[in-house]
Amino acid sequence: MAKLLKMGMMLLLSPLIWADQPKSGYDYLQAETQAMQDDEFANPGMATVDMGHALFNTPGNNGRRCSDCHGEDGEKLDPKKIARYPIYNPELGRPFTLQQQVNFCWEEHLDNIPFVPGCTELVALETFVRNRARGEPVNVDISGPMRPFYEAGKALYHTRFGQMNMACYVCHDQYAGQYLRGQILTEGQTNGFPEYRLGSGRITSLQRRLEECLRSFRAEPFERDADEYIDLEVYLNARGNGLPIETPAVRY
Amino acid sequence: MVCRYCQRIIISLLPLVVSPLAAAEGFVPWQAVGDSIPQPLGGLTGDASRGREIARRKDLGNCLACHRLPIPEAGFQGTVGPPLDGIASRLNAGQIRLRVADESRRIPTTVMPPFHKDPTTLNQVADDYYGKPVLNAQQLEDVVAYLMTLQ
Repeated sequence: MAKLLKMGMMLLLSPLIWADQPKSGYDYLQAETQAMQDDEFANPGMATVDMGHALFNTPGNNGRRCSDCHGEDGEKLDPKKIARYPIYNPELGRPFTLQQQVNFCWEEHLDNIPFVPGCTELVALETFVRNRARGEPVNVDISGPMRPFYEAGKALYHTRFGQMNMACYVCHDQYAGQYLRGQILTEGQTNGFPEYRLGSGRITSLQRRLEECLRSFRAEPFERDADEYIDLEVYLNARGNGLPIETPAVRY
Repeated sequence: MVCRYCQRIIISLLPLVVSPLAAAEGFVPWQAVGDSIPQPLGGLTGDASRGREIARRKDLGNCLACHRLPIPEAGFQGTVGPPLDGIASRLNAGQIRLRVADESRRIPTTVMPPFHKDPTTLNQVADDYYGKPVLNAQQLEDVVAYLMTLQ
């Protein structure tokens, strides 16, 4: 009897438990788009992975390559570490994104001029590196010094911007699965970034996507790598903790 | 030719000429009573056929992004908001006016953009749209007039 009661309780509670599970944008795709993402040869984002792979093996000003430490195909990179980004950088006293980490190595260990944040080459390297962790569950630690940045990102996620007076949560927390004209709204999860957008036909970093959102609100976007974007990345990635990395995801 | 001195005077007077034109783009304050704005904005009269066009166009009302409307030529229509067929049999003009002007007055977490809200209350507006509501007073009245035809 007790066993039956327990099972009944679990059944009753299960929708609540499911409701808390983040849902990848993948689940909102049509079957043929899912198949396109899953097929390495059909996924248009793989061209960017290949470009990143080439840069990964390009000697810097000191003759060193990313691959000297991390392996020719990045096989020495730890997917578990990649899945933890953004991580806390004690020297900065701020979170550090995967893209910033790649750029830091590019300058510090290869003696190169750092890339402009969000430029094609840097996004390609980021895409290649994050692709190495494909399938690894996102795992941003927000328990320690990251907490205030997570909270700042969460506040931004709930802040209305622009002439449209729109905030992220308004659509992505309340209307996932509904249609804006022909486009389906997702939860706005970030586990697929940098991702390939079929609409624009290009690889899109998270910051570029946030810029596009702000422009669609008719709001002035922030500067590249502004604290606001980094804090949002902390919040958004942590919000999707547990979702498998899909980079490069294919989205509409 | 106009001398430099006169040119300066003309330039300095330009805003006086231009500002009444700009006012057509600007915000016209309104008074809400309960869940309604009973008085038409600026005492203007709406035109339903213009309102239909504003509702359809992506660069104006873009109502179809979220709502279904009896505008068959528009193709994809959104499902975020309620369908608006028959809206005039459920709401009066004043109630529709408040919902279009600023639905967040009724529902703070609403997804619906405010189409005629005091621009000074908005955050980080892009330069191109700064100081302007999404629809001017006439356009808002046109949309209200159109929606009132949906019995």
